[in-house]
Formats: sequence, C-alpha cells, structure tokens
Amino acid sequence: MTLKIIASQCTSCSACEPECPNVAISEKNGTFVIDPKKCTECIGHFDEPQCAAVCPVDNTCVIDNSFPRYQPPA
Amino acid sequence: MDASVQHDQATIPDGDKLSSVMQTIAEHKGCGTSGGSGKASCGSGAGENDLPPEIWEKVKNHPCYSEEAHHHYARMHVAVAPACNIQCNYCNRKYDCANESRPGVVSEKLSPEQAAKKVLAVASTIPQMTVLGIAGPGDPLANPEKTFKTFELIARTAPDIKLCLSTNGLALPDHVDTIAGFNVDHVTITINMVDPEIGAKIYPWVFWKHKRYTGVEAAKLLTDRQLQGLEMLTERGILCKVNSVMIPGVNDKHLVEVNKAVKSRGAFLHNIMPLISSPEHGTVFGLTGQRGPTAQELKALQDECEGEMNMMRHCRQCRADAVGLLGEDRSAEFTTDKIMAMEVNYDIDSRKAYQEAVESERVAKVVARQEELASLAGQSSDIKLLVAVATKGSGLINEHFGHAKEFQVYELSTAGAKFVGHRRVDLYCQGGYGDEDSLETVIRAINDCHAVFVAKIGGCPKSDLQAAGIEPVDQFAHEFIEKSAIAWFKSYLDKVNSGEIQHVVRGDAEIRQGALTSAA
Repeated sequence: MTLKIIASQCTSCSACEPECPNVAISEKNGTFVIDPKKCTECIGHFDEPQCAAVCPVDNTCVIDNSFPRYQPPA
Repeated sequence: MDASVQHDQATIPDGDKLSSVMQTIAEHKGCGTSGGSGKASCGSGAGENDLPPEIWEKVKNHPCYSEEAHHHYARMHVAVAPACNIQCNYCNRKYDCANESRPGVVSEKLSPEQAAKKVLAVASTIPQMTVLGIAGPGDPLANPEKTFKTFELIARTAPDIKLCLSTNGLALPDHVDTIAGFNVDHVTITINMVDPEIGAKIYPWVFWKHKRYTGVEAAKLLTDRQLQGLEMLTERGILCKVNSVMIPGVNDKHLVEVNKAVKSRGAFLHNIMPLISSPEHGTVFGLTGQRGPTAQELKALQDECEGEMNMMRHCRQCRADAVGLLGEDRSAEFTTDKIMAMEVNYDIDSRKAYQEAVESERVAKVVARQEELASLAGQSSDIKLLVAVATKGSGLINEHFGHAKEFQVYELSTAGAKFVGHRRVDLYCQGGYGDEDSLETVIRAINDCHAVFVAKIGGCPKSDLQAAGIEPVDQFAHEFIEKSAIAWFKSYLDKVNSGEIQHVVRGDAEIRQGALTSAA
C-alpha cells in the first residue's frame, strides 16, 4: 500500500517532503524515505502520487511491491 | 498571456510613483539604438551618468546588475533551496542544477540558520561582499519557507547586505508581496521562451497545483506565470533581470522575441548565456549532443538585442554556493566546518569604510577612461577589434598570463573600450611550469582577439601567442584596463595608418564547457 524511494537515485532535493498529504516522508541518512505505514499512494487526495510527480529523477518514487496495493475504505 | 491582468492597487503603496520610475527605465535605452552604439560598456555597463539616480543607487554595488560594479564588488549565494518545481533539459539534478553548473561537484545544503552564519562569516572576511543571493540549487520559490527564513535572519543581523533571488518564475506570482516585504530589490527570472511550442523542447514538465504538466501545456503555464510575475515585480519597482539560455537551433533566433516581451514588461537587464552542454553532465541536451553557441554566435545575438535593452555580458553562470567576485570562487574557504571554527566579527562601520575606499577606486577608473577617451577624439576608423585582459579585479591589468582562470574581452573602436564578455580557460600554469596543451586551450578561447593584456608573461607562451597572431601586451601592467586598451588601440591605428602593419579580421573562439570551480 505504498511507494518507496530508490535511495541510490535520490538527490536529496527534498521536493517530495512538503508535497506528501500524509506527512509520510522524512530525511534519513542523507536521502528521503517514505513511511509505509502512512503512505496511501495519494489515493483520495490527488490524481497522482505527489512524490513521484514532483521528483526530478524518473523511476525513483515507485510502487513498493512488498506491500499490497492500497485499498481505500469502502 | 492575458496582458490585462489587474492587480489590486490598494496593496501597492506608491504604486503610481514606482511604475513611473519603471516606465523611465523601460524607456531608457542606455546605449540603445539612439546613437549610443559606441558608448563604453553600455547596457549592463551603464554607469552613474547613464541611469536615473535612484536606479544607480540600487545597482552601483551589485556585481550582477552593473558591469562596472562587478570589477569591485563581490556576491555570495547560499544553497538553502534544493527543491525544484520544473524540469529543464539543460539540468541534471542527480548532480546539481545546471543553471549554475558543472557535474560532480555537490554543494553543501545549508539550513537557513547555517546560511545566516555563513553570510556573517563571509561579510567579515570579504568587506566588499555586498549582495546575498538565493539561486538554488533548485528554485528558491519552490522552497519558500527556507528562502524567506534565510532573508529574515540576514535582514536582522546584516542589514547592509542587499538581498537577491533567482527563480524560474513558476511560483513567482504567489510570492511577489512577500518578496517586496523583505525589501528584495533585485529578482532574476530565467525565461528561455515566450512560445510554448519552443518551450516544449526545453522543459519536459512542470509541477503546479499538485499536478505534473507536460509538453506544450506545461510550457504555456510556465510562460504565462513568468510574464505575470515579471509584470507584478516591475509594478512594485523591483529591478528585474531576465536570464535566457541560448540553445542553438532551439531558441537562439526566438530570444529576440523574448527580449522584446520582457523589455515591454519593464525588465531592467537581459542576460543571454551560452548553453552549457556536455555528455558527462548527464543532461538531456548533453546526451542528445545539443551544442552550445560559439563566442561569435553569442556576441551577435547579444549585439542584436542590445538595440532593444540593456544587456548583461559579464555573467559567469556561477554555482548556487558561489562566494567572491564574479570571476573567482572562494566557496572552498567557507565550508560549514570552517565557518563553525571561524571567529566572526561583523563590523558594519569597517565594512562601510572599506566600501568607500572601493568606491573612490571605481571613480578613479572611470576618470582615467574618460581622459584617455578624450585623446581618441578626432580619430576616425571603421576598425573594431577584440582584446583579452588578464585581471584579478579592481579594473586593473593585474594578473599573470599563466595564472589567469579567465580573460575579460573588450571591443575597441574609436568610440572607446566596451566590455563584451569573458572567456574561461583552464589554469595554464600549474606549479611554476607551463603546460603546452593548456596553452592551446587558452589560444582557442581568445582566438578572436588581436591582443592579450597581462601583468606578466613568460617567453615561451609569448612567442606561441605571437605565432597564433595574438599580440601579448605587458607594458600596461597594473594600470587601468580601459585606459590602457584605448592607448594601445590608438597606437594600433597609427601603425595601420602608417602602413607598418595591416589590419586583419580574426576568427571565432570557443566557449569552454563546464563551470568555474576553485583551483584544486
């Protein structure tokens, strides 16, 4: 139910942090990370995940397949 | 865009007065079309007598807004703004923002508090540092909290320092009132196009109001917001510089249109910069092999636009953490570790005294130029040529040929000496002995010049320069640049007239790719 940030590609530009509607993003060891417990893929907030839309490096904020896709409450 | 955008006049005190001032500037062509083509270093080089007094007061010690000031005053940038809201094909954020630069050199990100401390440390060490700018490495207005917090801290602790920022303009209309509230009186907007079709070739996407826009739609949004922001700033009497990256085959011819569009909206100065593009930068343009302009192409475009408005030709496309005079980079002296260990003694009075001394030096230089210029009166010749100058600043020929990291280029004619640009070169002399390959780089960089003025030069490079048709001139060591150049030009004309030498036209020169970094 979450996106993740590929650390090796993250430029630490911080653009994603303030865009996250769930305050799920924070800086850790020089790059940014998404808290999987808080991420909702922006479903219910915006049309597209904000971190991926603002990230300057393509394919850096991506769906984390180790978590099931987010299902909004019915 | 909708040119009839209405702004609430009630929120703009003195709006009428300021807009009349801006109108004066817009109408003031400096060395524009009206017979001033030969006025020394016009445009950004407009001097005390060329500008309305209130504008001169604002630009006289801002190195980026006045060519004359840049020989004497220093600036610094603090890298507090890493985030960006658009993507440009000449920029690769994996390294840093290409607006200012070169790959592989990662600037330290600073918090507003660290930035404020750094400003005090630099101001105490470099008393002629008069301007603090925020230029990224992303976009200052995509990081509004950090940018304005930095301004707030600096305005409190170092009130004599001018505040300045450089933006892509997308978020600008939302922040104009805050910018005016911090008394920021210089704002630079990077505008590469006013036609979205062209914009789509430069900007892959913009991020606005929670959505990523691409293609023509993105470029349309960006140009509308840029021009609206520019109008809002000039209405408030804030001086605006417009930066444009010249990309041959993409926007080079179009920049004439851009020039007209920004001039009509009251921009003070236009800075057309060469594209920096090389595969190792990892930018889209670098990887597709998009080339940058040659020195002649750049100058021709700048000359064409100069009839319309003031042009800046002394931009060094510096880093978002640059410190010092425009042609130097002292950022390595002011890393966070070093600043923390420094004893900072910020003394506004001693800074003022130092700047007064700088001011009298500047005035002396202008007087010397005018005296020498008077002696050219009566001479008439169609000859126009370029010369290169090795300088460390203060408007003097005071750099050794082999130590020069860049050469300043002046165009000489019977109208005088006009600053038209600069060429960066690799350090030619390292460790006391010459390096042949580097000398070739220097010759390629100043190949369009007839002479090079230096404080000192060794025998070997001297003969190589002569062989390449460039006259090394060291007889004016430690004298004023323009005065010396005019004196040399006079004797050059005499020699041509007497038949002793023949005037030949020189070829083109190369603009070096990559950015100025401190010597390793």
